[in-house]
Amino acid sequence: MMEKEKDALFKESLKIINIGLEKFFENIEAQSVEVVQVDWEPPAGGDTEMMEILDHLL
Amino acid sequence: MENNMFTSIEIRKKQYYDSVFLMGENQKLGNSDGIIQTAVLMASEKNKSILLDLGITYSKIEDAGPNDLIIAIIGESEQAVSDALGKVDSILQGLEAKKTEARFHTIQEGLGQLPDANLAVFSIPGEYVPHEARKALEAGLNLFIFSSNVSLDDELQLKQKAEEKGLIVMGPDCGTSLIGGIGIGFANVVRQGEIGVIGASGTGLQEFTSQIHNAGYGISHAIGTGSNDVKDMIGGITTFSALEVLEKDPNTKVIAFVSKPLGEQLAEGLVSRIAACKKPIVCCFLGLDSPLQLPKKSDRVVRIIDEAVKASIDLLEPGSKSGNLTLTPKELAWCEEERGLWSPEQRYLRGVFAGGTFTYQSQQVLKDAGIRVYSNAPLSHHMTLADPDVSQYHTIVDMGDEFYTLGRPHPMISGALRNERIEQEAKDPQMAILFLDFILGYNASEDPVGELLDSIILAQRKAESYGGHLTVVASMCGTDQDPQDFAMQKALLDQQDVFIFNSNARAAFFCANLLRSEKVLEK
Repeated sequence: MMEKEKDALFKESLKIINIGLEKFFENIEAQSVEVVQVDWEPPAGGDTEMMEILDHLL
Repeated sequence: MENNMFTSIEIRKKQYYDSVFLMGENQKLGNSDGIIQTAVLMASEKNKSILLDLGITYSKIEDAGPNDLIIAIIGESEQAVSDALGKVDSILQGLEAKKTEARFHTIQEGLGQLPDANLAVFSIPGEYVPHEARKALEAGLNLFIFSSNVSLDDELQLKQKAEEKGLIVMGPDCGTSLIGGIGIGFANVVRQGEIGVIGASGTGLQEFTSQIHNAGYGISHAIGTGSNDVKDMIGGITTFSALEVLEKDPNTKVIAFVSKPLGEQLAEGLVSRIAACKKPIVCCFLGLDSPLQLPKKSDRVVRIIDEAVKASIDLLEPGSKSGNLTLTPKELAWCEEERGLWSPEQRYLRGVFAGGTFTYQSQQVLKDAGIRVYSNAPLSHHMTLADPDVSQYHTIVDMGDEFYTLGRPHPMISGALRNERIEQEAKDPQMAILFLDFILGYNASEDPVGELLDSIILAQRKAESYGGHLTVVASMCGTDQDPQDFAMQKALLDQQDVFIFNSNARAAFFCANLLRSEKVLEK
């Protein structure tokens, strides 16, 4: 059972979390859209396997 | 290393910066006086191997991890190296000061600030995407994933999970979307209207939406699916979702779909889905030799983006006057005139492109005109360049290919890679036509034409020095609303006698016409 209708995003006002390039954030903000910048860094020292293990544990 | 070189290699522990920023700064640094080579990058495994290729070795580099910053500078003097290092420090200090204003490091923290967020936009290294994107889906966010290098297995899992939750995943490797007029990623500024479009290619969507705007019409939504969605393994999950969205959307009257050819199984499923759609659909399959048969009378299948624009407008307003692909008598006369200026040696076309879809579409237009083109991204394998760094006969290179962009900024962001290639092509007295594409819009270079102008002039002068004349042809994808100032960009090219078209396909037709009467030696 779907929790949402797929077209919900296209009927609502956009509210965006930008993870990565700050330029993307700046250009979204310039279009008067609510946006939050996440200054992402590789977690767990960049070890993707460790990240998967932590995901299962937490 | 030679004796007159001075090298400085520093590892800054736990200082993470995104690669696009670092590549831009690295390029500026490399242009400084007395600097031979610089590498400012994060110590990921991929980057460490790039350094090895550059001959930069240092034991501490091996121990550094993906959160550590490497600053490697090779200069002609100790002073030049120290000045460059000072420049890096002042740039990074400025950035750190800015960073203290923004305070979120995880999606959860971001959601704390914006709890009713509905879209997560990812542009982080592909290997970390599945982990972070799963968390975003769990939090009920739709996804726009710009990052590439995400495995098909992970893509499928993310899209299946999104399906269960009634969410949509645009990407991975999604360059462009326009949601209710808001551009995400590389997008042009276009008016809102009644044509909805789905695309597996970012530049394909940019060309389609810009041309619709330039023809006086508008876009309801442009939904990027990511380049792999149309593969059988993914089965078009996002394509089908996007069709559902546009079919339900009251503002969308006509739907267009722009893609390279589909996987065989997907093509079958999509034909039945399109037949059942209540709205007319235009399918543009680039490179498709035998068009699909669509049962519904109102639907159209075309092979070129301009034809998709024309068909969409015709369906919206039957009998409307929209763009024509055929060349005007004036343009045909220009071809004749230009050919008359070439030296007997000049015979080949050299395309140095930023857009992958433009590389593909141009080859298709030229092939239809009987002109075979070599490429690093060819229409068929036998036209693959033996060495992507060396053009042969007629050649169009996609400089956005990973072969060129590893550790270097993408040509849509910076002109550096294309400048080098144009200068290299200029040395070949057999080049008659230099063919370029310029892409405007959000997140693209602020001055794409200005960045290439010196190389264009150099190539023109070089051709004259060989006793010939270089014909420069360019297409410009963009609108009068884009941040780069479309008219100014065009004027810069006009001043250099460049033939400019607002359509890549028309520019390719122009090139085909320039070459048509030439007896070109081909294998």
